[in-house]
Amino acid sequence: MSKVKITINGMPLEVDASMTILEAAESAGIEIPTFCHDPELTRAGACRICVVEVAGARNLPAACTTPVSEGMVIETESERVIKARRVNLQLIWANHPQDCLTCEKTGSCKLQDYSYRYNVTGSPYKGETKVHELDDTNPFFFRDLNKCIYCGKCVRKCYEVNGAGAVEFMYRGFNTKVTTAFDVPLEESSCVMCGMCVDVCPVGALTPKQGLHNNRPWEVKKVLTTCPYCGCGCTYYLHVRNDKIVGITPNFKGPMKGHMCVKGRFGWDFVDSPDRLKTPLIKKNGEFVEATWEEALDLVAAKFKEVRAQYGADAIAGLSSARATNEENYLFQKLLRSLGTNNVDHCARL
Amino acid sequence: MERRRILLCAGTGCISSGSLGVKEALLKELEKRGIADQYEVVTSGCHGFCEQGPIVIVHPEDIFYCRVQAEDVPELVEEYLLNNRVVERLLYKDPVSGEHIKNHLEIGFYAKQLRRVLRNCGVIDPENINEYLARGGYEGLKNALQLSQLEVIEEVKKSGLRGRGGAGFPTGLKWEFTYKAQGDKKYVVCNADEGDPGAFMDRSVLEGDPHAVIEGMLIAAYAVGADEGYVYVRAEYPLAVKRLRLAIEAANRHGFLGKNILGTDFSFQLKIKEGAGAFVCGEETALLASIEGERGMPRPRPPFPANAGLWGKPTCLNNVETFANIPLIFRLGAEEYAKVGTERSKGTKIFALTGKINNTGLAEVPMGITMREIIFDIGGGIKGGKKFKAVQIGGPSGGCLPEEKLDLPVDYDSLTAAGAMMGSGGLVVMDEETCMVDLARFFLTFTQKESCGKCTPCREGTKRMLEILERITQGNGEDGDLEMLEDLAVTIKDTALCGLGQTAPNPVLSTLRYFRDEYEEHIYEKKCRAGVCTNLVSYYIVPEKCVGCTLCARNCPVNAISGERKSPHEIDPSVCIKCGVCYEKCKFNAIILK
Ligand SMILES: Cc1cc2nc3c(=O)[nH]c(=O)nc-3n(C[C@H](O)[C@H](O)[C@H](O)COP(=O)(O)O)c2cc1C
Ligand code: SF4
Ligand code: SF4
Ligand code: SF4
Ligand code: SF4
Ligand code: SF4
Ligand code: SF4
Ligand code: FES
Ligand code: FES
Repeated sequence: MSKVKITINGMPLEVDASMTILEAAESAGIEIPTFCHDPELTRAGACRICVVEVAGARNLPAACTTPVSEGMVIETESERVIKARRVNLQLIWANHPQDCLTCEKTGSCKLQDYSYRYNVTGSPYKGETKVHELDDTNPFFFRDLNKCIYCGKCVRKCYEVNGAGAVEFMYRGFNTKVTTAFDVPLEESSCVMCGMCVDVCPVGALTPKQGLHNNRPWEVKKVLTTCPYCGCGCTYYLHVRNDKIVGITPNFKGPMKGHMCVKGRFGWDFVDSPDRLKTPLIKKNGEFVEATWEEALDLVAAKFKEVRAQYGADAIAGLSSARATNEENYLFQKLLRSLGTNNVDHCARL
Repeated sequence: MERRRILLCAGTGCISSGSLGVKEALLKELEKRGIADQYEVVTSGCHGFCEQGPIVIVHPEDIFYCRVQAEDVPELVEEYLLNNRVVERLLYKDPVSGEHIKNHLEIGFYAKQLRRVLRNCGVIDPENINEYLARGGYEGLKNALQLSQLEVIEEVKKSGLRGRGGAGFPTGLKWEFTYKAQGDKKYVVCNADEGDPGAFMDRSVLEGDPHAVIEGMLIAAYAVGADEGYVYVRAEYPLAVKRLRLAIEAANRHGFLGKNILGTDFSFQLKIKEGAGAFVCGEETALLASIEGERGMPRPRPPFPANAGLWGKPTCLNNVETFANIPLIFRLGAEEYAKVGTERSKGTKIFALTGKINNTGLAEVPMGITMREIIFDIGGGIKGGKKFKAVQIGGPSGGCLPEEKLDLPVDYDSLTAAGAMMGSGGLVVMDEETCMVDLARFFLTFTQKESCGKCTPCREGTKRMLEILERITQGNGEDGDLEMLEDLAVTIKDTALCGLGQTAPNPVLSTLRYFRDEYEEHIYEKKCRAGVCTNLVSYYIVPEKCVGCTLCARNCPVNAISGERKSPHEIDPSVCIKCGVCYEKCKFNAIILK
């Protein structure tokens, strides 16, 4: 890989020639704000919060899309840069509800973080604001376009990663919005509720319905775990508060890069469900009755023996679950073979 | 016997003023009189003087008849064709001298033009490839195919040609980048989106001389190594699309397009992509996205299209007028071509003249001509003998220049230095009755509506600039508004993703630069000297001048004027809706704007 020499904030650096300014800065521990950038998605250059000053350039190029070049001299927090970031933040605030107090995103919202960082307390620009109806038609997340900053990450995530292509930009100018085809509620669109857009939205425009008013990032413990639903083994962080799960964030650094499906992303409320089985049940006189594990296992073993004696081992078959881990599936087939049958299969073969 | 040639303009302008009816009437009349075989009736493309259409030119004498209607045809045939008596009333009348002019080259509008790119427009039948061939068509291609690819590029570089689509990027250099780019497939794309309001030079070229564009694209394709191309043209240009389609078919039949062109290894196929007509789709990356079937939104550059364009392949993208210049370079030779123009802007440029001037239309002029010559010689000066105030150059991305800049040579660099830009060549001339704040508001309304909405500064920033301008023109301007406008303008220019946003503040900045006092009058004195911003205007009758003729009172739509016959009248400001009718009607100049 060829290298180039550049200077960022007075610091001389040698970086890969293929890097963007943003990547080069990150490699040197310099943080440049971003709204629309996601290393996994097509480079959009849409939000312009990441602009930096490059000596000799006419305007302020976006760090996330501009490649480094030999001898480039970059300032990431010059007066001109800060001014531009402040004006763009103020422009966003001119059409954004001042709702941080109760917004689910508080504490993990980039708009909030950068407003704090650049001391933007609101907007000097008075004028028209857009009022969109809250889309709460689906069971999993709210879509509040009043808070959308048009970064387009949901659009790219949905199209480039999920493939559903459920949302796109619509209209032009100030009327622009990010929405579904024909502007119908998500529930009626091609959305499959994977929630990946929710996880990349930098603000509170897309927020999960679970854990409402109970999920401040600084109040929860994040526990890394593996999804129990299928053999893909996606990992994610459970948000735990007072020993209860209140939310999830994907593990963007894991092998699945934060990709999830609707079951893993939203289907964890069974954990504390009152309907959940906690002991084995044995049917007695047509009704399920709670039993101990010894009783249950003894019953199952007895039945196996009975069937094998009467019909032979091939009368036994085992169907395993994709929700089980590899190790569990290994043990499962071993158990079946020790009973003398090779009739083993699983549900994820459909 | 040599047949006389009657040229009938069938450009979009003349068709809409009735030229097809004239053609029908003419054919019928010639038939009726049994002289049809003595005349060749040819429909041509636009002459650039659509305002005077339908235009009929009779050759070989070159008599220029204008505003000809179907009912004029019998007289024209009887008087002129049969009896050689020129029909005076159908000749062009000079707006200043009032004289009738017979030959079109003597008309002021044409006299100072240098029609090189437009040389076939209005002269040949664009639907007949033989007419193009008869005037040296495809000679440039033949010459270019004798050269190596690099020699072709060198020739274009030597010609000094710069892109006519707006930015003025050196065309030869762009071709060289595309030539050098690695790729198993390359494209040539022609930008015929022409979204600049009022500009129609690209449409005219496509309608009047489509083969010139095809020939230019062919030479480009040969030079950069492309075998496929697209013309991206807006669907609102149905005639251009039709003529281009016919021209592509003819070029295919004649072996100029297709496989092994003119017996060489070079092959090229050309397709048309009709766009839905958004201004932003003229921006090259948005245009490419649109061809790919995506929403027309700009993409970040780099990578530039020359390296990663259509479907990620190296793509040479140029404007219609740029391509139409190419055959010329290869027919005349780069050196000869470059004799016209200035040091850094070579050749000619087509301008679309509109606004408050006498002659509106398309004019092709040598680079380096002054704005004064364009407006006063070609344009025939300001309408109604009024005073010139400013000229907006480059459309919504351009800027406004005042009287003192009129002697600037027209070239890319001087215009940019003066705060305007060449753009696609739109020229809107304004007189003293134009309010500069209102003008800036008008252009901002356009850019805000056309913003694709992708980036924050353009989507949100132009909206807030527009709101401030609206406030000022409504009389609600406040101290600090101009500073806020300037702040926003700087940030939008500094941070917008594409050229639309980066140039959107130009009309505001240039009017602020040259007409700041007008802004200040609006804000601090609540006054609009042009009388355009109705909230800032009040009409007042000067009692000493009013003779009490009652004309104003009878014409006021809301009965705001009262007064006895033969005694001074008075306007009730609480009723007046500021329509200006009384002001126009009063024969004694008794009504003034305050
Ligand atoms: C908002 C916007 C609109 C544009 N519209 C046009 C257009 O209608 N026609 C055109 O040729 N170029 C247009 N351009 C310029 C193109 O992006 C591009 O620079 C040009 O087509 C390149 O061709 P050239 O080098 O031959 O000029 C536009 C640019 C912007 C930013
Ligand atoms: S989205 Fe962010 S900035 Fe907006 S209200 Fe919520 S926390 Fe505040
Ligand atoms: S939930 Fe998934 S499918 Fe639905 S819009 Fe978001 S990314 Fe697309
Ligand atoms: S909903 Fe969120 S992710 Fe989608 S564009 Fe708006 S701010 Fe970006
Ligand atoms: S500058 Fe305007 S038109 Fe260009 S990308 Fe940004 S929003 Fe779209
Ligand atoms: S400006 Fe119009 S409404 Fe007002 S007094 Fe004159 S005619 Fe009447
Ligand atoms: S038209 Fe003029 S002169 Fe006649 S009444 Fe009105 S103001 Fe007086
Ligand atoms: S993060 Fe760079 S433009 Fe949005
Ligand atoms: S269309 Fe006839 S002169 Fe333009």
